[in-house]
Amino acid sequence: MLNIIWVIMIFSGFIVAAVNGRMEELSTAILESGEESVMMVIKLIGPMSLWLGIMKLAEETGLVKILAKLFRPVAKLLFPKIPEDNPALGSIMMNFSANLLGLGNSATPLGIKAMHQLQELNDNSETASDAMCTFLVINTSSLTLIPSTILALRVSANSNQITSIIGTTLVATCCSTIVGVIVNKFLIKIELMSNA
Amino acid sequence: MLDFITLISKWAIPGVIVFIILLSFYKGIDVYDVFTTGALEGVSVGLQILPCLIAMLMAISIFRSSGALDLLLNFIAPLLKKLGIPEQIIPLGLIRPLSGMGSLAIVTDIINNFGPDSFLGKLASTLQGSTETTFYVATVYFGAVKIKKTRHAILAGLIADLAGFLAAVFICQLVFN
Repeated sequence: MLNIIWVIMIFSGFIVAAVNGRMEELSTAILESGEESVMMVIKLIGPMSLWLGIMKLAEETGLVKILAKLFRPVAKLLFPKIPEDNPALGSIMMNFSANLLGLGNSATPLGIKAMHQLQELNDNSETASDAMCTFLVINTSSLTLIPSTILALRVSANSNQITSIIGTTLVATCCSTIVGVIVNKFLIKIELMSNA
Repeated sequence: MLDFITLISKWAIPGVIVFIILLSFYKGIDVYDVFTTGALEGVSVGLQILPCLIAMLMAISIFRSSGALDLLLNFIAPLLKKLGIPEQIIPLGLIRPLSGMGSLAIVTDIINNFGPDSFLGKLASTLQGSTETTFYVATVYFGAVKIKKTRHAILAGLIADLAGFLAAVFICQLVFN
């Protein structure tokens, strides 16, 4: 899937740029994107190292397993294939909590930690497992009680009803998450059927 | 209620970190050493993500700067307009899954032009807040564990984005219009 999307985006962009005469803009943009990627990774490494250090402590104290236990009722529904009490569930729960609180910078490192733990359970290390797909979809559809970036933007734009959008955001994000989870389960079933 | 949640989110990071460190210390764990060992992994994970991010951002920037995205937009826009979706918001829906910075720039633009408390300003805010940058999250999460075959995950993520987009338009029209 990623292969096809990648080639289509690059090739169609190249053709359109050729027709529109935008080759110069294109070459600038390509080089800038490399720079931007490095900046993004540098911004990620700090909080990631910090949270991976904290998570290592949380694992050694057994805290992650306790979190995994707390999360069991929901986990059974969303991730039926992950064994109970597995530390991956604890990390997933911490990722969800950080997302809900609008702490995006912490949610990503915790999510990556969870992906590493899911990878340990994965039979085929090059192919995404069911649990990984479910976890990814929940993260891309966003879980949030406090859209912090947007609230900051509205404050700086002198809004009189800064928080008026929280209710609507909650409804929209619930819809996208629920649809994402259902579509994901459905696609897993289809794949199972076509492989059988 | 909101004040309470905001309070929790202010306290969450320092609270969790101090709690975990104190608990580890109490249990006799070599806290400093274990922390730094764990933190070292962050650097290698970052290096692992970098090539994936470079590949993805390059493709997205080619697609955007060439005008291919606008072309796609011109193709989809009339269709969505017929469904009653305001035309100023349509580019936002298309860029949201591709680029967080790009979509934030559009939201800022809409808020500056129409005001943060206008219908469009609120709708744009809702849209930006209610979904994530799907391609970025997929690249980083899968890249970090070297997954090559992503199966249907991106498709499901994009369908979820579409559902979130339509839900945002619908609920904003219901509440703010």
